[in-house]
Amino acid sequence: MDSTIPPTLVVLGLRKVYGNTVAVDGISFELRQNEILGLLGPNGAGKTTTINMILGVLKPTTGEISVDGMNILKHRSKILEHTNFSAVYAPLPGNLTVVQNLRVFGLLYGIQHIPEKIEELLTTFDLVKFRDTKCGVLSSGEQTRVGLAKAFLNDPTLLLLDEPTASLDPSMALEIRTLIKEFAQKKSVAILLTSHNMYEVEHICDRVLFLSKGKILLEGDPKRLPQEHGKETLEDLFITVAREPLSLERSPETV
Amino acid sequence: MKFSRAYAIVLRYAYLLRGSATRIVPLFAWSVIDIVLWGFITKYLNRVTSSQIDFVPMLLGAVLFWDFFTRVMQGVTTTFFEDVWSRNFLNIFSTPMKISEYLTGLVATTLITSIIGLAAMLLMASAAFGLSFFSYGIMFFPFIIVLVLFGIAFGIFACALVLRLGPASEWFIWPIPAILAPFAGVFYPISTLPDWMQPISRLLPASYVFEGMRDVVANRTVSILPIALGGGISLVYILLAYWSFSRVYRYAVETGLIARYSAESVG
Repeated sequence: MDSTIPPTLVVLGLRKVYGNTVAVDGISFELRQNEILGLLGPNGAGKTTTINMILGVLKPTTGEISVDGMNILKHRSKILEHTNFSAVYAPLPGNLTVVQNLRVFGLLYGIQHIPEKIEELLTTFDLVKFRDTKCGVLSSGEQTRVGLAKAFLNDPTLLLLDEPTASLDPSMALEIRTLIKEFAQKKSVAILLTSHNMYEVEHICDRVLFLSKGKILLEGDPKRLPQEHGKETLEDLFITVAREPLSLERSPETV
Repeated sequence: MKFSRAYAIVLRYAYLLRGSATRIVPLFAWSVIDIVLWGFITKYLNRVTSSQIDFVPMLLGAVLFWDFFTRVMQGVTTTFFEDVWSRNFLNIFSTPMKISEYLTGLVATTLITSIIGLAAMLLMASAAFGLSFFSYGIMFFPFIIVLVLFGIAFGIFACALVLRLGPASEWFIWPIPAILAPFAGVFYPISTLPDWMQPISRLLPASYVFEGMRDVVANRTVSILPIALGGGISLVYILLAYWSFSRVYRYAVETGLIARYSAESVG
């Protein structure tokens, strides 16, 4: 990671309010090239809301998001040419085959040499035998791989992965983790990742943010963070964040 | 505007049509049923009435063109519904595609499928019931254009309505042509309608189309005024429909509707 290069993603004072519910409460963070940042927290902590705002499909109540120096609200289309995402709750249309889906999204992302890129991704994600299978009849793990192939289509500089290995068996999950890590190192991409698998987070993330009730509670290296807070493992720390967030509330100086 | 993105929407629908009888049959089915039904009615009327009026172009022609309008309007909404049914909003609206490119894709898809449908209807009507629009030359062409524009406007507006109210509201959309038909004067002059209905008719471009087409059949002359009025109103409606869709989309982005679009999430 080169700290002299400006951050790929800058999130400043991001807040999202639905009626009386504060989903995200003034969070700020940066994400740099070749970095994998884990966004952790219990269900309802505001992780997916944050990802949706970065994707430009949800408008923040207040705060700013800029990608490669451009504001998402003003340069949405330009930013999304170099951004992509994958999430278990957003499978690709089940009524199209794997190749048809990738071709349609290849056009939407404006990528060059679509057939060659599709062949490369089919091989990378072990999807060759499913190329002409409709996505709707694939297993959830296979659909996750198709979603990841779509996420890599445009060689994004910012990649958002919401629980990328949630439906995968341990062997495929390991392969995908390795792939994500390699991709982050080789392609100058910044990756924001959510996961409930703390083993995965520890192995893949350079840095993590713990969210609770829309606020960033903790930030740091996933390998050192548990010990810094008197916990044995990242999972223990996660459970504490979920059950007793007040005991870990960050003081203003550390924010 | 990048046309490759609009083309992606067309290509997606082409893939869906390919090998899907459930999508191909509706392109023709209802129109063919209407042509058969009205074809026999017009034949019967020609036989039993002593007037010199030829009911084939008057009634069967009117049915054919009204079905074409319906096909255009529902073509736009059906292409949009493919994203609703496959819960694809999050994927598709998190791409660089702009609203103008998306709507262009919906309209282009509709134009292709509607022209195929129109060709089938014309063929059927002329082969089975002797309806020949070709004898009128290109006189009907401007009226077809007005109907296309009107269908596009209502189609986009219907998409905005479904985006705002949720998937369950698609049942508001299907009956729209049937509700408009009495006001559009498809089978009778607008002067037949009671006074309170006539101002509403004047707001519908289709009413100018059918008045003008009756004129063509009766006098073999094309009057520019109904075409200009129908076309002008349709263009205004397209702009209003585009504005409505863009506004609803902005609302959906503000409220999180795009990210969580489902029957349950829309109030």
